[in-house]
Amino acid sequence: MQPISTFSARTAVLPYTNIDTDQIIPARFLTTTTKEGLGRQAFADWRYDANGAPKPDFALNQPEAAGCAILVAGRNFGCGSSREHAPWALLDYGFRAVVSTEIADIFRNNSLKNGLLPIVVDEQTHAWLLQHPGVSLKVDLQASTLTLPDGTAVRFPIEAFARHCLLNGVDELGFLLQQADAIARYEQTHS
Amino acid sequence: MKPKTLFEKVWEQHEVARETADTPAVLYIDLHLIHEVTSPQAFAQLRSQSLSVRRPDRTLATLDHSTPTDPAEVFGRVPIKVESAARQVKEMEKNCREFGVELLGLGSEQRGIVHVIGPELGATQPGKTIVCGDSHTATHGAFGALAFGIGTTEVGHVLATQCLLQRRPQTLAIEVSGRLRDAVTAKDVILAIIGKIGVSGGTGQIIEYRGTAIEAMSMDERMTICNMSIEAGARAGMIAPDETTFAYLKGRRFAPQGDAWDRALERWRKLRTDSGASYDRVVEIDASKLEPMITYGTNPGMVVPITATVPDYPSDAIHAKSLAYMGLQGGESLLGKPVQVVFVGSCTNARLSDLELAARVMRGRKVASGVRMLVVPGSQQIKREAEARGLAQVFTDAGAEWRESGCSMCIGMNGDVVAKGQYAVSTSNRNFEGRQGSGARTLLASPLTAAAAAVAGRISDPREFLRS
Repeated sequence: MQPISTFSARTAVLPYTNIDTDQIIPARFLTTTTKEGLGRQAFADWRYDANGAPKPDFALNQPEAAGCAILVAGRNFGCGSSREHAPWALLDYGFRAVVSTEIADIFRNNSLKNGLLPIVVDEQTHAWLLQHPGVSLKVDLQASTLTLPDGTAVRFPIEAFARHCLLNGVDELGFLLQQADAIARYEQTHS
Repeated sequence: MKPKTLFEKVWEQHEVARETADTPAVLYIDLHLIHEVTSPQAFAQLRSQSLSVRRPDRTLATLDHSTPTDPAEVFGRVPIKVESAARQVKEMEKNCREFGVELLGLGSEQRGIVHVIGPELGATQPGKTIVCGDSHTATHGAFGALAFGIGTTEVGHVLATQCLLQRRPQTLAIEVSGRLRDAVTAKDVILAIIGKIGVSGGTGQIIEYRGTAIEAMSMDERMTICNMSIEAGARAGMIAPDETTFAYLKGRRFAPQGDAWDRALERWRKLRTDSGASYDRVVEIDASKLEPMITYGTNPGMVVPITATVPDYPSDAIHAKSLAYMGLQGGESLLGKPVQVVFVGSCTNARLSDLELAARVMRGRKVASGVRMLVVPGSQQIKREAEARGLAQVFTDAGAEWRESGCSMCIGMNGDVVAKGQYAVSTSNRNFEGRQGSGARTLLASPLTAAAAAVAGRISDPREFLRS
């Protein structure tokens, strides 16, 4: 995984609450056996009509949404199924961060393991972001801040070890594999 | 010693390393269940790093999600219609063979929905940590296990190390007291709970369901309750094991035998929340006031008693979007609404007692004209049992389709789908947009309510079919 430190990007806004992972990537696309190429199918049922043509009124189909890498969405984003295909699809689409007031547990874990930043902000910041699609924001992972266009830096919580892994571009499996002796000891005493 | 909750006891018994400010806990996993949809990329990861499966003996695999339920496809008389699903099945067979993991595959009499067979085979036991790349892993918490869904990267972590990195969650006690009224089932209880605390009400928390109404439930019913914990945002739901739990497990394939059983019982009896232990939050529910419930919107928290009208929030644009998808108006009655599909199945409600509930309504009646009813048992073992007891006959006599086990129409990725615009009363767990097929409109309910809709062709109060 590439290390993440800071980046700036414009926002796209999906102002709905409880966007579940079935919306992010419908189940019929989960028969794949790889992680690649799911971006085409991200939000498929909202994005395309029955003939596969883009729906003109969907936010991500607007010309100004092209190149937006921060998704601002309503509360409880990523609820439902544990499918990691959801962050894979968002990353493949081009998103690097998701901003909401609440992000579902399993989706958040899955996102952190793939370098998609789950950013939880306060209600007031969130309300402003929902009303201003397309603004440019700066994400600083080292400082754990999201900087608004007026220069206000909003801190966001992020689990310390996940942050360490993302900043250094290392995966968590390496750390777990280093615990082999402790795991073996546990297995001997807890058979 | 400080009094502890059930969750704390199970968690602390599995800490290989405790969490610190810098690192999460290293948590040992006793049982890893895998299926064809969320494991291929994890096996690919193992291959790319030349890793093996650390404990194949603690790993159990099955085929359920993208697997067809049509017997001709399941038993190879015709090819699996969804080609990508057929490839996924092949890949799972290869992965299990190469990594030495037992696969309860297409020909196995023990195959079934992963959350149905874990308990059925006695692999699910009190005090265990159980994970699976599936959010309904919470089901196994009904046995006093700490069981939760994980993503595919974590599936790889468990395959390689039998451990996960986890931060300790908070605890939420849901105290359900009182006696359920006639025709009110475990499904109605959990739908009412989700309606009360909301679809993110349990985020960051582990739920312990307790109280007299929970204690009075069978294991099948407790599994229905724990199954939908994730629909309230909680990764896990737990119920303290008791004599009902032990009686269920005794003699099953993976349950301890002989002296080991006695020693296990001694350990399991300690898995109760100590008096004086505290939870981060407590919610109380009076089960005696509950009615049969049904969802009307596009998440499981959008739920009302079946006799109620669709809630009307004119200024709420998101609510309006949901109702527009469902083709419903605020203020209208749900009773009497025509339905086109009825699905009895899924890890929520496809165990033998669920099929018995549906059969209570169906016996001697016919599926209404214009309605397609699909009954999909949770496992091959349940299928055989239902056939032996005459339940399958009740369904087929009524005109319903009786299938091989699998996730089927709950997830609609295996050929079993609801068509665009159709209304489906479903005993499954998610009414999200498109969950059962693009444009499908799902109403979640109990097996009784689903069966009542099938015979009436309309949303109906199941109590009307139980009086006669």
